[in-house]
Order: sequence, then structure tokens, then C-alpha cells
Amino acid sequence: MGNILGFFLLHREAIFIVILSIFLGIEVISHVPAILHTPLMSGANAIHGVVIIGAIIVMGHAETNGSMILGFLAVVLGTLNVVGGFVVTDRMLEMFKKKK
Amino acid sequence: MDQLSHLNSGTSILEMSYIIASILFILGLKMLSHPLTARRGNTLAAIGMSLAVIATILFHHKDGKPIGNIGLILIAIGIGSIIGWVIAKRVKMTAMPQLVSFFNGMGGAAAALISMMEFQHVSPDLIAKSGMANGHVLAILLGLMIGTISWAGSMIAFGKLDGRIGDMRIKAMKYVNLTILAVLIGFIVYIMTRHVQTSSELTYLIYIMFAIAVIYGVLFVMPIGGADMPVVISLLNSFTGVAAAMGGFLYNNQIMLTGGILVGSAGTILTILMCRAMNRSLLNVIVGVFGGGGKTNVEATGSVKEISISDAAVLLSYSKKVVIVPGYGLAVAQAQHICHELDKLLEEKGVEVKYAIHPVAGRMPGHMNVLLAEADVPYEQLIESDEINPDLPNTDVLVVIGANDVVNPAAEDDPSSPIYGMPIIKAHDAKNIIVMKRGMGKGYAAIENMLFYNDKTRMLFGDAKSTLQNLVNEVKSL
Repeated sequence: MGNILGFFLLHREAIFIVILSIFLGIEVISHVPAILHTPLMSGANAIHGVVIIGAIIVMGHAETNGSMILGFLAVVLGTLNVVGGFVVTDRMLEMFKKKK
Repeated sequence: MDQLSHLNSGTSILEMSYIIASILFILGLKMLSHPLTARRGNTLAAIGMSLAVIATILFHHKDGKPIGNIGLILIAIGIGSIIGWVIAKRVKMTAMPQLVSFFNGMGGAAAALISMMEFQHVSPDLIAKSGMANGHVLAILLGLMIGTISWAGSMIAFGKLDGRIGDMRIKAMKYVNLTILAVLIGFIVYIMTRHVQTSSELTYLIYIMFAIAVIYGVLFVMPIGGADMPVVISLLNSFTGVAAAMGGFLYNNQIMLTGGILVGSAGTILTILMCRAMNRSLLNVIVGVFGGGGKTNVEATGSVKEISISDAAVLLSYSKKVVIVPGYGLAVAQAQHICHELDKLLEEKGVEVKYAIHPVAGRMPGHMNVLLAEADVPYEQLIESDEINPDLPNTDVLVVIGANDVVNPAAEDDPSSPIYGMPIIKAHDAKNIIVMKRGMGKGYAAIENMLFYNDKTRMLFGDAKSTLQNLVNEVKSL
């Protein structure tokens, strides 16, 4: 129990961010028209590719060959998520031309 | 001393970049929610991501050490970028849903890999001080579990949407799944209550847990079919967000935290909205076995009546109001352009043409909107099902193109049907109904559709694209 409280204290800023981000995420999406659901899902999909930052940190401080290889793989997969996600979203939105 | 001040300024720049990147993510998501700003929003989010990545490579320090192996990191980023770019550019519009699922899986896998590696590096000091039962270990284990489930589940969803994997429907599935989920949570508790000197003593448990999470991810998505696929993709999307946020806890990294949780919460809300559109609870989607599992399958009564292309052309040309209901069949046949040609032709003849868009038509929310936008159909012609339903009794002809479950009246009048209660487009209210279909096969949810046997309904069998082409030629020659 003490550990959990300690964790709370140590990460109180992170917990603040989490709570505020939850509300923000809800707020942002609640105004989305159905027409944009697919591109929005795809765009959000690209944003969680932010996991690539973690992969870079792991790889940047890898000391063994094993974690080097896994880190390399994680960076490749994370990049796939980011680049593929943003490009595919852009392609979808490209088709939403202006009203006539 | 000099080195320390350098380090501090680097860290300041890093944190500042993260704040800017967070703002860009939020603005990006916000702008993505308006048709006119959506594309710029996506670009903003991408700029934010690039900024965060570059700043991390240049300025991140761990225990005073900067990021190493930069050459290899850049190579990895290069490989990922090229593959991602090429796949994203080359894929066809119809394959868009499975592509999103695929990229989502990649993110989940990356999160799982990070957790696997970090588990072996939990600081012995931390373990000596507070044992394995600490937040750091919990974040690692949750990241591993959620990331792996998201990866395995996304790959199955990808395979199913791509037609490579069929549905597996077993009644007892939900008990099996709940049991596996309980085992996974048991593993987390077990690992966290071990007394060890270093976490690497428990590495074998991590691999077993990974394997079980893969099995869970597979079994979780396997039985889910038909109309639920959009929900699953959206749910897995938010899973990956949460898995990424776990990494944010691990590294005390604000950008991972913000980005991950934003997607996690937005994705969850989107998922719930979609469940609501189908009148089902999220729990029901997760543990329930949907479609075809029920005892329903009412015997079809009455007969199916066909209509010739020329009769259909005459019927359409001399109507006042026509409503088109597009479905997945339209997407598969790539018939959106020819469909728009038909509606332009009819409008020239003074017919009012609207499209009725069901929120879960196709394989993704908004799938039909994207598809019709590609064919330059103006927004104003796309009407959501709730709005168009009251207008349908005044509609002369309703044309169903490759849609099935979203116009199935069983959702309204057959309480034993698995889709009972799902809001539908009330096609049966229209004065005349033309259904374009490849054959008498059932829809994705494998339920008999009484609309096809309705007295007002006429069938036009064949591939949507060629049927529409013939129809266009016929209307032109009238």
C-alpha cells in the first residue's frame, strides 16, 4: 500500500497529465461529425505512434546486443506506425475536397 | 560544471519541444474534427511528432548519458519510414480499414517490445527498497500486456478484413476469454509479489505472459465479426494509446504520456459512441459472440423479385426523390465513381438524389463518407440515417448498393435477432426499393434480411460496378 502511495507521490505530475488528457481527449472527439470518424481514428492511430520515443530511448541506451536488436525492431515498428498513419490519414483527407 | 550546464540547457530544450509537440497533438486532433481544417490538423500532429523525435535524439539524457547508437537509430527510422510510406501510398481505398488496423498493431508491438526490454533493467535499488510491487514494474507489465493484446488483435482484425481469416464462432468462447484474461492479471500479481534481487530472474515469466497475451489477443478478435469490426479497430486503437502512455510512466516522459492518453481516451469515447450506434454495450462486444451465433435465422417467406436494367432506369428517371444507401459492396466493387455519375445524371433530369449514410456501413465508422468523398460527391448530399429516416416514406425509389445489415428490418421487429435494437436505415418505408447485390448471400453478420422479400423490393443481381455502368448507359439512352 505504501508503495502505491509512494508511486502516486512520485508521479503526481504524470497523474495530473493523465487525468487532464483523458478529459481533453473526450472533449476533442465529442465534436467530431461522423463524416470524419475514419480519418480521425487514423490520425489518432498515428499519434499513439509516439511510442517510438520510448523505442529510441531504449535503443539509445542499449548495452547488450539483444536489447539493441529488439530496440531496432521497436524503432522500425514505431516509425511504421507514425509515418504510415500520418500518410494514410493525409490520403483520406486529400479526398475531402471543398464543397461545390 | 560546464558539462552540467550544457546538460541542463539540453534538457530544457527537450522539455520545451515536448510541450510544443503536445500542443501540436491537441491542436491537430481538434482540427481533425472539422472538415475544412482536418488535413492541416493531421500535418500539425505530424510536425509535432517529428519535433518530439528529433529533440529526443538530440537532447535526451539518461543518468547523464546522451542517446547513443544514433546511426543505427536513424537507419531504423529510415527503414520504417520507407516501408510505412510505400504501404500507405500504394494501398487501395477499400483496404484502408485493414491498413489502419495494421499500423495500429505495429504501435502495439513496439510498446510490448519496450516493456520486455525494460523489465530486465528495473533498477536493483528500486527492488531492494520496495520489492517488485512498485509502479514502475506495474507500468511495464501493463504496457506488455496491453501492447501485445493490441498487436495480436490488430493482426487478426487485419487478416479478417483482408479476407485471409474467417470467423471462429464458439459459444463457450467468452468463458475461455475471461479465463485467459484472469490468468494474465494473475501473472501480474504473481510477478509483483515475488521476492528477488533482480528482475531478470523473472524474465522467463515475462515470455510466458507475452505468449498468453498473444493468445488472448487472437481469441479476443477471432469470434467478433461483421458489424462489430469497426468497434474492435477503434478499441484496439485506444489500447495502443494506453500502452504508449505506460512508456510515458516508465521514462517519466510527458509527450508519450500526453499522446498516449489522448488517443486512449478519444479512442474509448469513439468506441462507446459506435457501440451506442448499434445499441449494444461495450462489454457485450468484448465478451459477446455476435452474429450468426443466435438461434434466429427466420425462414425466409415470400419470393425474391428481380427487375431488369431498363425497368430500373425508367423507374429512377421518372422519380422525384431517390435515396441511395451505400454499403461495403460499393467499396469492394470500387463503384463510387460510377455511382456518382448515376446521381449526376439523375439530378440533371430533375431527380433529387441523396445518400443515406449509416454510421457503421462498411468496415469502419465513416467508411462510406471517405469513399464517396473520393468520388467528389458533395457533403450536402450525404445524410445521416437518423436525419433521413423521417423522409423515407416520401422517397420514390431507395437504391441499396451492397449494403445489407444496416437496412435489415429485423433490427426493428424481430426481438430474437442478434441485431435487434440496432438503429437502421428504414429502407422498407420507401415507396420502391431496388437492391443491388452480388447474390442471395447473407450480410457480414450472417442474418437473413426480410427486406429482400418485401413486395416493394426488386433485386438487381450482379457486381455493383457493372450493374451501375449498365444503369448509367440505360438512363443516358432514355
